[in-house]
Amino acid sequence: MKKIFIYLLVINIIIIALVVILTKNQTRETVLQGLQKEYSVRETSSVDHSKFEILQKPFANPQDATAACLTCHTGRGEEMLKSAHFLWSREEYVEGRGITNVGKKNLLNNFCIGIGTNEASCNRCHAGYGWNHKSYDFTDQKNIDCLVCHDNSGKYTKKNGGAGMPDDSVDLNKVAQNVGKPMKTNCGSCHFYGGGGNNVKHGDLEDALLTSGTDVDVHMGYDGLNMECIDCHPAEKHVMKGKLYAVSSMNRNRALCTDCHTSMPHKETIINEHSLKVACQTCHIPTYAKVNATKMYWDWSTAGKLKDGKPYHEEDSMGNHSYLSIKGDFVWGKNVEPEYVWFNGTANHYLVGDTISDTTQVVKMNQLYGSYEDRDAQIIPVKIHRGKQVYDKKNKVLIQPNLSDSVEGNGAFWTDFNWQKASQKGMEYIDQKYSGDYGFVHTEMYWPINYMVSKKESAVSCIECHSRDGRLKNVSGFYMPGRDFNTFVDKFGLIIIILTLAGVLGHGLLRILSAHKRKK
Amino acid sequence: MNKVYIYKAYERFWHWTQMFIVFLLLFTGFEIHGSYQFFGYEEAVRYHEFAAITFLVLVVFTIFWHFATDEWKQYIPTVKNMKDQANYYLFGIFKNAPHPVRKTQLSKLNPLQRLVYFGLKVVLIPLLIFTGLLYMFYRYEHQGAIESLNIDGLETVATLHTLGAFLIIAFIIAHVYLITTGHTVLSNLKAMLTGYEEFEDDNEVEKKLTASQSAEEEAETVNE
Ligand code: HEM
Repeated sequence: MKKIFIYLLVINIIIIALVVILTKNQTRETVLQGLQKEYSVRETSSVDHSKFEILQKPFANPQDATAACLTCHTGRGEEMLKSAHFLWSREEYVEGRGITNVGKKNLLNNFCIGIGTNEASCNRCHAGYGWNHKSYDFTDQKNIDCLVCHDNSGKYTKKNGGAGMPDDSVDLNKVAQNVGKPMKTNCGSCHFYGGGGNNVKHGDLEDALLTSGTDVDVHMGYDGLNMECIDCHPAEKHVMKGKLYAVSSMNRNRALCTDCHTSMPHKETIINEHSLKVACQTCHIPTYAKVNATKMYWDWSTAGKLKDGKPYHEEDSMGNHSYLSIKGDFVWGKNVEPEYVWFNGTANHYLVGDTISDTTQVVKMNQLYGSYEDRDAQIIPVKIHRGKQVYDKKNKVLIQPNLSDSVEGNGAFWTDFNWQKASQKGMEYIDQKYSGDYGFVHTEMYWPINYMVSKKESAVSCIECHSRDGRLKNVSGFYMPGRDFNTFVDKFGLIIIILTLAGVLGHGLLRILSAHKRKK
Repeated sequence: MNKVYIYKAYERFWHWTQMFIVFLLLFTGFEIHGSYQFFGYEEAVRYHEFAAITFLVLVVFTIFWHFATDEWKQYIPTVKNMKDQANYYLFGIFKNAPHPVRKTQLSKLNPLQRLVYFGLKVVLIPLLIFTGLLYMFYRYEHQGAIESLNIDGLETVATLHTLGAFLIIAFIIAHVYLITTGHTVLSNLKAMLTGYEEFEDDNEVEKKLTASQSAEEEAETVNE
């Protein structure tokens, strides 16, 4: 009788254990596996553009190529004319400002500062042709550059200092016959090189992503799914999903990890719950600038020094410029641990003409809003690019200097090395007052980190934040186990323990002494 | 010498399991607190939560046992003999005076123990459990996604939980010392292990009484 019970018990335990183990393994990886399957299939184009006659006839200029595209792709021109890639501006609601246009036309940064007077150089990355003056015609569809995004031949480049015109070497017919969906190389041709060089601005977006493995980025690594940018940033009527808070302000149309991965991708509930307050990127991007260095600090105030009347440069140990006469001092960083801030998806920006309330304080070129109390806010990783840049001491505004010019003597800083003239010229061009009294002020710009997602094994571990001096040591407003403690309770607790110990030891000692005495 | 059956089997099981769990809770708890690194944070949290749940199960069973056996009555604080017991710890113990209160199966705790254990069971452990449960199950209110215990922050919960943990340490230190104050240094410990405790028999009590009284008289004459 007893034996039967034991048999039944053992068999039941085995069955239950099997069911538990098997069902666990079944459910665990479906989301990820599903995504892997979905994104491993590559679409192929349904048409062969090289067969189209209109694309075989020579183009007199790039605008003609655009016109040729639009003969078939009707309506796309209107879409592009309204897109941020073409307008470099978005109409957005900004807390404290109301509805404003925000974009490179009216905001400044702490890299090359602003585009006014520098269009020929900066606007090389405009998805259009010939924006070399503020009077540019944003209503002419022929000004749209279709090829920079849709070239699949890899041969299309834009001319240095050419205000968005293609390089003289480009065979427009060849490119036009090899168009397709944008690839990493297309997006990267601008987005990797912001700030005047590879990885200068973002830190997590650079040309090494074209050739690196999943150890650098799990999504784009060649030994993984080798995903394209548009897999996560699909476009709807030429409006890309997602945007960067260096130039935008509203919590809308964002590309989020959870769009694909769901909001509960971990098997441990405690980690899923973290996502209410912690963005995925915070744990899954332990470091950025994993391959090439990124610019962390830019001091414009030292620019303009010459050797024998000529500009010069110096390099740091990694071979990056640490000084350039035209730009000043730089500090670069590689494998950088991000800083962390609260962010609710809305941001403010320094717009041309904003007065600086306190010039002894650091000016925020963009301010990410959010706090612990904010239900929409999460802790996100950021690169903070710090700098020192020119401002008007009397009017208390940041100066938009004229930096580049094709000839010497017109007042551009990069040719003439004179802040006074460069400031005057730049401010006049953007219709701002300039007092003639310039100085340098500290600035900060916040770059949310979204790429170079590490393999899950290398994600940030608990202790890296849950410790006294961990990654989140500067993120305030809440109690975090392992980092925070109540000073009074900790002191009081220690004192109580010491007093109890002392009492017990004293009492014990007296007992031993008195017993000793009694024996005598 | 007398031997009396004091601690029943369940009671002994409960006591030693509780000791083990509380040590684990303390050890992992203070790692979570950031006082040191041993298991690694992730593991410490896992063990602490596992130990906490085991502890809860044990507590539920033990409460049931206390009521089923009427043992709970032993913890009702009483002032009777309290002064004598305090006098014993402060003075008598150094003169080898007899224990003022006799342990029996029906009254295993002296008045001071009653008070301290009552505090432990009614204040300290419930405090730890209550704040611990809040710590474990609080949720951020988040766009209606998860609806349960909504708390704006952990600070109060965590601070009280930590305070409780410090007090438990103090209790353990005092407790471990006080068990050496039985008939012999080890008799209390043996009792919790075997169930049987050794006591002074009446003869010994008599002897001790006269001895400590004569010691007192001696002291008085010396003073004169
Ligand atoms: C003797 C009993 C216990 C002791 C000494 C103890 C000690 C501690 C300590 C020192 C901490 C760190 C607090 C901080 O720094 O914020 C902690 C955390 C914690 N305790 Fe306890 N604890 C005990 C019982 C419990 C119980 C019964 C529960 C649950 C029912 C519990 C749940 C927790 C939780 C959830 C945490 C936060 C860390 C985590 O998520 O695991 N504790 N404990």
